[in-house]
Parts: sequence; C-alpha cells; structure tokens
Amino acid sequence: MKSYPITIKPFGERAILVEWPNQVEESILADILDFMDAFKELGLPGWEMSVAYNSLTMVCNQEHLDFEAIKKLVLDCHSRQAATKTKRIQHLWQIPVCYDLEFGIDLEEASKTLNLSPDELIQEHTAHQYVVYGIGFLPGFMYLGGLPTGLEIPRRAEPRLQVAKGSVGLAGKQTGVYPQDSPGGWNIIGNCPVELFNPKAEEPCFVKVGDKIQFQKISRAEYDLHKIEGEVGIYKPEKTVLNA
Amino acid sequence: MLKVLKSGFFMTIQDLGRFGHRDIGVPISGAMDVDSVKKANLLLENDPNAAVLEITMQGPTLQFEEPTAICLSGAHISATLNNVPIENYQVVQISKGDILSYGRLENGFRGYLAIKDGFQTPKVLGSRSQFIPVTKKKHVKDGEEIPYKKTDSYAPIISEVKIEDHFLGEELEVFKGPEFSLLSDQQLAAIFSKQFTVSKENNRMAYQLKELIPGHGHSMLTSGTLPGTIQFTPAGRLIILMKDGQTTGGYPRILQLSEAAINTLAQKKLGDTLSFKLL
Repeated sequence: MKSYPITIKPFGERAILVEWPNQVEESILADILDFMDAFKELGLPGWEMSVAYNSLTMVCNQEHLDFEAIKKLVLDCHSRQAATKTKRIQHLWQIPVCYDLEFGIDLEEASKTLNLSPDELIQEHTAHQYVVYGIGFLPGFMYLGGLPTGLEIPRRAEPRLQVAKGSVGLAGKQTGVYPQDSPGGWNIIGNCPVELFNPKAEEPCFVKVGDKIQFQKISRAEYDLHKIEGEVGIYKPEKTVLNA
Repeated sequence: MLKVLKSGFFMTIQDLGRFGHRDIGVPISGAMDVDSVKKANLLLENDPNAAVLEITMQGPTLQFEEPTAICLSGAHISATLNNVPIENYQVVQISKGDILSYGRLENGFRGYLAIKDGFQTPKVLGSRSQFIPVTKKKHVKDGEEIPYKKTDSYAPIISEVKIEDHFLGEELEVFKGPEFSLLSDQQLAAIFSKQFTVSKENNRMAYQLKELIPGHGHSMLTSGTLPGTIQFTPAGRLIILMKDGQTTGGYPRILQLSEAAINTLAQKKLGDTLSFKLL
C-alpha cells in the first residue's frame, strides 16, 4: 500500500489537522484509515478523529496540546503504519431508494438537463458503487465519491428551505442522502426509507468511512415495508464484505 | 421535578458536551459558555459535567417541587426567588414550591441555572445536551417537567463569591486557522483593524458577523471544523461556528477562537461589537 506525504497544522488549543495530497482518491483514503488504525493502537485516551476526503481532524478532549510533541508522534505513527496493519473490514451496503416522482421531485427536470430519460438516470445512479469519503455536516451524512460524469448537474439556483429526511440528491460531483429534514440545494431524485442515523442503535451510523454504497431501486410498496421494518427495528440493510 | 411554568425565549438542557461522535457527524453541543457552567457547578460541589439549564436572553418562570440548592451564572437576567432578588454565584437554598423568575437582561446573553447534582434527564450518546436529531427535543417548552434529585439540606463549603464577568470585553483572541495563509494583506488588515457586529444570524450553531471583508475565489475540499472555527465565505463573510455547529465544512477556516473567546462570544447578542486579536 502506498504511503503519502502528510502535513500537520495546529487547529486551536486541542486539535490538529493532518492533510494528505489535495485529491479525492481511494488510495489516499486507505492511507488515512491505516494511519487512524495505527494511532488508535497507541491507546491514547480522549482522542476523536474525523475524516473528510484528504484530511483528518484530530481532537484531544483531555488536555491542551503541545503541538511539536503531537506532530512528532503523528509523523512517527504515519511512518510506522505500514508495519502495523490491523485488518480493517470494509463493507458494500445496498441502500434502497424509491425513485417515484412523489419523492424524486426534481427527477424529471434533472433528467432533461442531463439529456437522459428518468429511467436512464435511475439506471446510471444505481449502476455504480460510491466510496464513503467522510461522514459529517449533519449526523449520518455521507460524503460520497465516484459519481459518473454523466450525472454531474449544478445545484438548484435557489435552495429549498426544507428537504425531506431520506431525500437522495445530486449536486456537482456529489450524490448523497439527507439523513434528516434540512435546508438544501441539491436536485432530489428519490427517497431512502433507511435510517442512516439512529441515536438509539448500538452503532448510530452503520456505514463507516471507507465503506462503499450502492443504491438499489425499490418500488413504493417495498419503500413502505422497509419504513415499517425500520420503525420496529427489524430492518437490516444488505451488506457484503469487500476485503475478506 | 422542576416545573416549567413559562420557558422564556429559548432554554435548553446542557452539560459540557457530547464527545466521541464527531466521526459520524454529531456536533459536541454542550453549554455555549462553559466557563460560567463550571463555576456554578463548582460552587454546588457538583461534577463539572452536571447538566444545567441554558437560558437565552429572556428568562423562564420555574417552580421547584422538591427542596434542593441552585446557583446562577453567566448573563445577568434579574432573577428573583419568590420575588426576592438573587445574585449570580450565590448558592441558594430551595424549598418545595419556590418560584424562580427572571426580569430584564442586564448583561451577557446566556444565563445558567445549575442545580445540586445536576438535572437528571436521560443521556443520549453520553450527554444530556439537547440537539436534534440526537435528542427528541430541541429545547425546553412550557409545561414540561425536568427531573432533579431532592436535597433536604446542603451546607456548601463556599456559599457565595464575587466573580467579575469574563465576557464583558469585546476582544476575541484567535489562533491562525488551517487556511490562514490564503488571506491577502488587504484581508488581514480588514480583519485585524475593523470592529465587527453580531448579525441577526446568531444561534447555537454559528454566529455570522455583519460586516463583509474583501472576498475570495478559493475553493477547497470539505474538511473538519470545530466550535470556534471562523469560516470565510467567497462573498467575504465571517461565520464563527459554535457548539451545535456542523462537524465539517467547505469554506476556508482562516481563524480559530481560543476556548476563552468562545465563552465570551457565547455572551454576545445581535448588535454587539467584537474585534479580533491574533495570539
């Protein structure tokens, strides 16, 4: 596995920002995740880390940081990580989406803009696997990479004040699911009945950074069924292990 | 139980925050002015993380159904217990049926009500701090009842201290943020010579400042943000993220408030003025 050069910057009194080359690449994400595994193995208390594309924000909740000391620790850890290699399990998740026009309120307009029929758009959207490059912005919101260029479409000129929870959208090079009601400017093409963030669950967010997701077209009846299964807590999203 | 007869303008239950879930996009939440909360909890000999009520601008009317002890801190909102004025940083014995009410906002923006052993609402993901969708409710409403432990008699080690309010100054100390180097001389001069005003877009998620500085055309990949991160929009607006702020963002993070500066900003309201000092 390739290891990349990193830069480390102070970020207030108790955080640092570690940055990898400024690109969206699966191999960079893998290097970040390897580093995180190696850092966790040090067993230092009070640290939390969040990944977004090419960067890792590391926050120490315990104490104010000595930047030079932590910088050295991070560099050592990054250079040693090739040797540690804990086996990380990554999954491919099938995420059901109902693309009925009732949910996909921008589907027809987006199809026209992209010179596709709505069915072709749906087919293209469900044909690819998207890499989860980060979870943030809202609880359970996934930053996905790997959208085919044929689905790149500008944001709506005016954002909506309220986009419904579960809405699946397209905007620029991004596609994603709104995990809760929120304002938003993405083009909405469907709705996902699965809770992507559930604070009551043992794992509030079942998808992890580094996993992949694929959208799966479902009917309105299946949507209702998954929704009910979710409410009573028996819905299990379909997953396969990617790196067994 | 504490009976909320009137909830005031905006009142939430807060502790020091919800740590360890940033990786799934959950902000830390917690009291905006942690300094005030820690002092009140200290006087009550509570755990520093004991849950308090954060009272924004206009106070509630509250009735205590069990004896306990309380301590107020933060903004001064002319509090009275059974119509007798009480001060901040004073341990006040509470009897069954006592009514706490508030009057005029004298200074600051967020007052705190700490109670012996803290409010006992359920913890979600390790914290009692209210934040949707982690907790069911965004804030406390009229008619709600908030649980606390009964304390028949409590003899505090220190019953009252005179504390000078830490939030009266308008200077906020800042560190360089990760994208500080993107700033031009002109932008730097504007940031560090100007006085800024808190706009009406100010809440627990973020404070936007009214004055614009010369804008920019930089774009960057989304990356991590913290409470106190100052985001710089292409139009030249400064947005300071606060405790309920998003965990990631796509605007350059030019500056980072010190923790003391976050406590000070938490006590500023619409129209208050601020300036920045680089540490």
